[in-house]
Amino acid sequence: METTAAGYRGVWARLRRNPMGMIGLIMLVVAIGVAVLAPWISPYDPHAVTRVNILDIYQPPSPAHWFGTDDAGRDVLSNFLYGARVSLTVGFFASFISVTVGGLIGISAGFLGGRTEGILMRFTDIMLVIPDLPLAVVIVALTKPSLTNIILVIGLLGWTGTARLVRAQTLSVKQRKFVVRARAIGAGNSYIIRRHIFPLVLPLIVVNTVLVISLAILNESTLSFLGLGDPATLSWGQMLNYAFTRGAMSAGAWWALVVPGFGIVWVVLSCTLLGQGLEQALNPRLTTHHLAADRTLKNLPRWELEPTPVEQAGNV
Amino acid sequence: MHRSSYLAGKLGWAAFTILFVIVLNFFLFRILPGDPARAGIRDPRLTAQAQQAIRERFGLDQPVINCFESLNPLTLGNCAVNPLDTQFFIYASNLLRGELGISYHTNRPVLDILGERLWNTLLLIGAGQVLAIVLGMAVGVLAAWKAHTPVDYTALGFSLLAWSLPTFWLGIILLFWGSTYLGLPIGGKVTPGMVYANSWEQLADLARHLFLPSLTYTIVFLGEYMLIMRSTLVDVLSEDYILTAKAKGLTHFQILKDHALKNAMLPMVTIIALNLGFTVAGAVQIESVFSWPGLGGAIFEAVNRRDYPMLQGAFLLLAISVIVANLIADLLYGYLDPRVQAD
Repeated sequence: METTAAGYRGVWARLRRNPMGMIGLIMLVVAIGVAVLAPWISPYDPHAVTRVNILDIYQPPSPAHWFGTDDAGRDVLSNFLYGARVSLTVGFFASFISVTVGGLIGISAGFLGGRTEGILMRFTDIMLVIPDLPLAVVIVALTKPSLTNIILVIGLLGWTGTARLVRAQTLSVKQRKFVVRARAIGAGNSYIIRRHIFPLVLPLIVVNTVLVISLAILNESTLSFLGLGDPATLSWGQMLNYAFTRGAMSAGAWWALVVPGFGIVWVVLSCTLLGQGLEQALNPRLTTHHLAADRTLKNLPRWELEPTPVEQAGNV
Repeated sequence: MHRSSYLAGKLGWAAFTILFVIVLNFFLFRILPGDPARAGIRDPRLTAQAQQAIRERFGLDQPVINCFESLNPLTLGNCAVNPLDTQFFIYASNLLRGELGISYHTNRPVLDILGERLWNTLLLIGAGQVLAIVLGMAVGVLAAWKAHTPVDYTALGFSLLAWSLPTFWLGIILLFWGSTYLGLPIGGKVTPGMVYANSWEQLADLARHLFLPSLTYTIVFLGEYMLIMRSTLVDVLSEDYILTAKAKGLTHFQILKDHALKNAMLPMVTIIALNLGFTVAGAVQIESVFSWPGLGGAIFEAVNRRDYPMLQGAFLLLAISVIVANLIADLLYGYLDPRVQAD
């Protein structure tokens, strides 16, 4: 396991030199910080019982309400800061489900092969071709639109991509000499999966998780916008649903429409940047070519010249 | 020999997937807590007679399927019910006759409504996708050719941002901007009550309505197509035969056009096919924001009106469209790349 730990230190070193990945990481940390600190940094408490005057509705930004008020006279900034909690909760839990299911199916299919693989991958193909969003809409519309249901539906529909990626990686790791050697010595399936396959598939799963989080957050906001959000929690999608269906457009209340969307873009962009950065750090690809102007060895980024952590770990 | 077995395999697989969706659709609407028999038909707007009529028409008073009545393992052996009387058989035979039920909201056959709406969705998706594919490929080629220059970084930054935008939110922002500053219509496909002097005027009105939804579509998908085109082309341009072509003294334009692009096209076809699910998700969001009368908008309206037959029909039709489009892409891929069929 020594080499794997060294490999992860190598990944961190590469990630630190990758501006895209670092920007994403910082943006994500800021978002998590806002979600955790929401009760302390929000100017108003969104759950407080307040008396609403008709003049409070869709108030433009002012010193009292930096981002104005919404359709119920509530402070948009406070709702926005609390909304980070809902979106991140859904993102993390739903992607945990997706990645667990996808990882299990991918490793089983790739490692066991044969008929198991055939059945699992055929099932994955079917789930891949059925459009996710309409299916999620149907299921949430027919069940109670609670936060738990939304997490379950998004999580249980979002594993297909992970399963295919993990299977491909498992197949290639399975062919490595050290796995063949371990098998020759008489190591059992579960030992090989635990000691040899899983550590080498894990980096890929980590990158994939970051990207699945962004998809889950996009899906949650879409479901909430379509009117299928949990009425008890105010997510960014839900804020947009209220603003859009309750006259923000005709009232010219751009603040109620722009601010929640900004939150979604911030979190999704942070995950996308971090995911791309991690991917380049783990699996550097050639980025220049024969027609490029700067095709010299000196100009190649350093990480293109070093062995990747996966290659290092493979040389055990 | 290969060609016909490839064709048969793909056709059979698509048929099986459609069958799976039909069965899934049946069970979703009967097993989940809000099924039509319990929730939809007990709509307070329906009279008792109407409720009974719907129940009989769709056989909702019959057992769900033979032997699996209420899915109780203890009654598995008692298959006293005639299979022709089960709900599943009624559902399947209704489906074969194109009977998708009556919309609760409009009181018209669901199939008629969705049939009209399918064309609107195809028009919107067609306009948006064609623009996104053409522009995305063009910018992708430019970014790959000029890799690691400001042009490349700008294109890369734009596509990452476009990928992170929620489609419906981009639609809202464009709608706000377009209706406030450009005087564009706030939704729908035609101006209600408009009398057109000639068909040019009618076409112009349609174009004004189509502009913002298809612009949203284009922006959302442009980034992804650009990224794929760029990374594929960078791979192709690193091949040795490109160096050979360069050594022969061909210009960059000739190399790109005759040597690189042809080989970079195949992954694009795969990505466009794999993207169909997202295309449909985009249609649901864009049509909801712009009140575009398509299949995706039907899903939004059905959810908000608790119009279950409409929701079921729209889901079924969307899923089948994606499967059929996937089949077409597969066949196209086999035609473009003969190696695929040899596998």
